[in-house]
Amino acid sequence: MKDHDETGEGRMVHPTPQLDELEGGPWPSFVTGLKRLRDQGAPNNQKMMNDLLGQLNHSYENRLGYWKGGTVSVFGYGGGIIPRFSEVAEKFPESKEFHTLRVMPPAGYHYTTDILRKLCDIWERHGSGLIAFHGQSGDIMFQGCTTENTQKAFDELNEIGFDLGGAGPALRTAMSCVGHARCEQSCYDEVRAHRTIINKLLDEMHRPSLPYKFKFKFSGCANDCVNAIHRADFAVIGTWRDDIKINQEKVKEHIKEKGRRYTTDTVLKMCPTRAISLNDDDTLEIDNKSCVRCMHCINVMTKALSPGDDRGISIMVGGKRALKIGDLMGIMVVPFMKLESDEDFEKLEDLAERLVEFFADNALEHERIGETIDRIGLPAFLEAMEIEPDPNMVNHPRTSCYVRTDDFDEEAAKWFDRQAAETAAE
Amino acid sequence: MNNQANTPRVPDEVGVPDPFQYMHPVLKANYGNWDWHDRPRPGVLRHVSKSGDVIYTVRAGTQRQMDVFTVRRLCDIGDQYADGHVRFTTRSNIEFMVADENKVAPLIEALEEAGFPVGGTGASVSMISHTQGWLHCDIPGTDASGVVKGLMDMLHKEFVQEKMPNRLRITTSCCQINCGGQGDIAVNVQYTKPPKINHDLVANVCERPAVVARCPVAAIRPAMVNGKPSLEVDEKKCVCCGACYPPCPPMQINGADSTKIAIWVGGKHSNARSKPTFHKLAVANLPNNAPHWPEVQDVVRRIVKAYKSDAQHWERMGEWIDRIGWKRFFEMTDLAFTKHHLETWTGARNTMNMSAHLHF
Repeated sequence: MKDHDETGEGRMVHPTPQLDELEGGPWPSFVTGLKRLRDQGAPNNQKMMNDLLGQLNHSYENRLGYWKGGTVSVFGYGGGIIPRFSEVAEKFPESKEFHTLRVMPPAGYHYTTDILRKLCDIWERHGSGLIAFHGQSGDIMFQGCTTENTQKAFDELNEIGFDLGGAGPALRTAMSCVGHARCEQSCYDEVRAHRTIINKLLDEMHRPSLPYKFKFKFSGCANDCVNAIHRADFAVIGTWRDDIKINQEKVKEHIKEKGRRYTTDTVLKMCPTRAISLNDDDTLEIDNKSCVRCMHCINVMTKALSPGDDRGISIMVGGKRALKIGDLMGIMVVPFMKLESDEDFEKLEDLAERLVEFFADNALEHERIGETIDRIGLPAFLEAMEIEPDPNMVNHPRTSCYVRTDDFDEEAAKWFDRQAAETAAE
Repeated sequence: MNNQANTPRVPDEVGVPDPFQYMHPVLKANYGNWDWHDRPRPGVLRHVSKSGDVIYTVRAGTQRQMDVFTVRRLCDIGDQYADGHVRFTTRSNIEFMVADENKVAPLIEALEEAGFPVGGTGASVSMISHTQGWLHCDIPGTDASGVVKGLMDMLHKEFVQEKMPNRLRITTSCCQINCGGQGDIAVNVQYTKPPKINHDLVANVCERPAVVARCPVAAIRPAMVNGKPSLEVDEKKCVCCGACYPPCPPMQINGADSTKIAIWVGGKHSNARSKPTFHKLAVANLPNNAPHWPEVQDVVRRIVKAYKSDAQHWERMGEWIDRIGWKRFFEMTDLAFTKHHLETWTGARNTMNMSAHLHF
């Protein structure tokens, strides 16, 4: 089908001179894909994509967007559909409704080709044939559905085991890294943590009633491949308490291959706490009490070094982007907890539930949990969550003297009691 | 609610699907039992399990917004070479896992022949994490897929090889909400004019107190305009962030000429070496020049070139700049340092140099 040709039903193909510019070059072109749907797609995809391409080209020419929101949902759910109605529907009627279904992917983004083909077939029948793997929310984005077909598409997706994700003031779709499935640096079972928490709190996703969005993300180590600290209200980051494991033979091989100078420059000098020494016999020595578990040396020497055996998680709370008080990263709230036994997972689930409940009860409308913590102060938040203060929560103790300290001795006694209890437990 | 069927089907609230039913059998068998990995060549990972099992992963770039034909083509390749299992990365790359080393080369060949670049591993420029833009968003200032297509065409070579000092992560966002997230380089819309208000529509479309509350600088107040309840903006206070636009579309923040692009540098998610950082402003006011955004491409090219030529191995963008200093960064990239680079937001003072440490 060429520009200006007529389609089978006598409709003109919209010229797309702006978009045509994006078909050359070595990177896969989304425009070529849209045109494939227009020219070779199922009849319903063809019509919709012709007008969608027309509207998109119109945006490129005028440098403005032409979608507005609205209300579309499926039976039983209050969220998960992103409604889009065209503001230029008179010119591009076939894509006047172009809603997105946010669908939760399997944890860790694993698929068989068989299930992908099924997803394609459903979307070809009921939607536009355009799918994003994946949106920034972590969802599979099934883009381009009429209001009428939204329920049909969801029903079929749901029949094969997929569920809608989050949108609006609700629990949002979570993300987890590849983790245990294919990474030796992973410090906990990400799939289990991810599914345990989200599936427990599912009601908060499907029936939005929180003050604002709430996101969980799960990274198996401090490399934080799913960007949890920046982007999640509740970030679960894998870590370990004991010593980094060193295979000295592999250290020697690494140095032999890369050179002593290169190893000094890229491993020793780059350790943030100067915790690594290179011995004269080309073995490594690590001061594990000074190590901050940043992962750098392990990233460089993937065969020689690995996280210790006493693994678990850290939890950081309050990450978000600019709106409204500015960017926030998660604050370290739980420096370490084990996550191996059923009991450990129950503890994590309980903490997640209590935290979301606290958010629901205490955040102002359109306030993220990080903003709530800023507003009320970390001590009040910790008290509500029944978490004791810990030096790992701060870069340094307070510098301002404007604080009332008449109960300092009682608080200090609690600290010493906790220390004694921990020593006794070991 | 759209009750589209006569007898509505009650959803089966299955939640997050169990990935083990889709996972490659070698990954499943070695779940939590991996020992080490290396990268035999760019775009290929080799993971070795404590059991002795080996799995090769071949990573390829996609356009993210995929038509069903593209997905099926990838599935055909997966069926033929990779036992019918795939996964995606957070940056929309697709990964094929193969246990047989002999299948790696033919798999790469098939992907490249089908137009999917193999790479994105190690010290490369991986796929740009991006947003929806004009294609689907209700508040976009620019397109996302188009900007990304142009940048990835330009940076294609850096995707398929591992010749950067460390990984370089680029993000793009079509409004200042910044759904694309933090990046070594972030290409984000930056509005430059206060919203233009259609006073005829505000009362019917917008929940006015919510809009007033949304403004980060308290520049919006209720007002009667032409006898109708509406909102007005103190344009001297307004920081042109666009936060009022999503809850109140009649407060149009976008303009064909006033919507600009800003480029930010030095954001980092990982905790490796230095703590995670936010990206910082490099340049603002670049034109929103579809379909190729040449001015944006030019600045990104300069920043990538300076980083590539000057950073030490394993230094991320922000760590490199920390070492050489911002003065040298602006010199090397031929960008201007202006009063707009000085933070004025909450915590601004913490961003100032309160020492006698200087770079000359």
